[in-house]
Amino acid sequence: MFALVDCNNFYASCERVFNPNLIGKPVAILSNNDGCVISRSDEAKALGLPMGAPIFKWESFCKANNVTVLSSNYPLYGDMSSRVMSILKQYSPEVEVYSIDESFLYFKGFDNYDLTKYGLEIKSRILKWTGIPTCVGIAPTKALSKVANKIARKYPNQTKGVYVMDTEEKRIKALKWLSVEDVWGLGRQLSKRLQTKGCKTAFDFTQLPDVWVKKNFSVVEARLKRDLEGIPTLKLDEIITQKKMIATTRSFDYSYSDIEYIKERVSTFAVSCAEKLRKQGSSCHVIIVMLKSDKHKKELEQHRTSTSVNLTYPTSSSLIISNCAISALMSIFKKGIQYKKAGVIVTGLVPIDNHQLHLFDAENPKHQPLMKSIDSLNAKYKNNKIRIANQDLKRTWKMRQDRLSPRYTTNINDIIVVK
Amino acid sequence: MIAHKSGSLTFFTPDAVDNAAGQFFDTGISAGFPSPAEDFKEQRLSLDEELVKNKEATFYAKVSGQSMIGAGLDDNDLLVIDRSLEPANNKIAVCFLDGEFTVKRLRVSKDEVWLQPENPNYPIIKITEDNNFLIWGIVTNVIKKV
Repeated sequence: MFALVDCNNFYASCERVFNPNLIGKPVAILSNNDGCVISRSDEAKALGLPMGAPIFKWESFCKANNVTVLSSNYPLYGDMSSRVMSILKQYSPEVEVYSIDESFLYFKGFDNYDLTKYGLEIKSRILKWTGIPTCVGIAPTKALSKVANKIARKYPNQTKGVYVMDTEEKRIKALKWLSVEDVWGLGRQLSKRLQTKGCKTAFDFTQLPDVWVKKNFSVVEARLKRDLEGIPTLKLDEIITQKKMIATTRSFDYSYSDIEYIKERVSTFAVSCAEKLRKQGSSCHVIIVMLKSDKHKKELEQHRTSTSVNLTYPTSSSLIISNCAISALMSIFKKGIQYKKAGVIVTGLVPIDNHQLHLFDAENPKHQPLMKSIDSLNAKYKNNKIRIANQDLKRTWKMRQDRLSPRYTTNINDIIVVK
Repeated sequence: MIAHKSGSLTFFTPDAVDNAAGQFFDTGISAGFPSPAEDFKEQRLSLDEELVKNKEATFYAKVSGQSMIGAGLDDNDLLVIDRSLEPANNKIAVCFLDGEFTVKRLRVSKDEVWLQPENPNYPIIKITEDNNFLIWGIVTNVIKKV
């Protein structure tokens, strides 16, 4: 059996732990730069504040409805997440941390356990120790545990936040209840295509012939289908939704047509991707650069483009990734266009220490120790003090965080005060 | 580690392993006699280990005010709070009461909860249904600057 443990409205819940005044009240958390709403408490959802709502459009709505709006406090959420995940490891030796607020647990040899009771125990320990409410879905496969979790979340009164899908009857009932666009891993495009084929529920999807699914979609969807049929197919740590990739994409503050400016941005995004790669211990084979003009300025010539560079050897060196990204940028940049957004995406990821050696080409062996030194210096001095020369040294990327809560668990000056 | 007892206090002194060779050479040492202390090394004392018994459930808070001076909790002291411990009579707890955090001694009887300050100038507080009240965590240690 697999369990999916998901934190309810995670960011809003983290804020509530340290500010219990927010309990029972509508809370919304904004994305980086205070752009749009990315987490809402149940009360905020009930008011009709949509996910992704741009705050500049919804500011008056929030004021009128007394919604507390906060900037995202990632140091806090990261710390609370690691507490939750480390508690989960007490309940199973095999845990896959799927995202900041959800994990899969594999229950192998738990046949004699009362899994409902076990799930309730997990839930209550996390709540007591960290203050974070969760829901637990338990089922024979990963994809079904995701469905079971949705049921636990949707029907708190009946399930007390824990739902075990342990019979064929329950599985079929659940899949008939779940509409196809809510199936984990299917994506919007695919579910749209399925709906036009008359496939409305998850159950309908499982009734399609295997051959048809493989032919019209891919082996990924065919495997997902088997998992939904109750045949354990997806394993822990198997990524089904996306090929692994890391991206840094950002809108500029204004539109720019100056190549020098855009070069600097792309280099900075590339360096940021390289840092993220090194942080997770990966190297990449492919670097993608994309560039977009301002779609809101319809009167201007539009240009949306991207290109990719394939490397002969995998790398996580900022220098190489930045150089490749810039040459890719030069090949797609068009003079006279007002660009508003650029991005660097790295993919084709392999573990850093698992390189296949190339016969003729290899990364300069000096790069890895150099990157190590840069990373440790930047960790020490913050704000990326060490940059490469094609990045702007004066620019200090400052996130807009006008409504930031204190870093209650990661900064001694920010801890709660008790009277 | 050596323990010295003097009256009611026990002092711990780390083993004096006074070997100048115990430094880190990241260039590597080509050859030489291995440190004779290698086999007798013990972990240096760690306050984290002493004070934090359950790291997932441990949080910190700063004391503001005088209400608990009788229990040794002075203004600006740092509290170590363990949320995993069960609240019980006589424990010192961080609570959330009507909009703010407070630290008091718990007095729990059959069906009554009282928050008792440790300072005669402060009143004892009876928790009623009208209060917005939750016990946030149990105080396990106080750290103070001297």
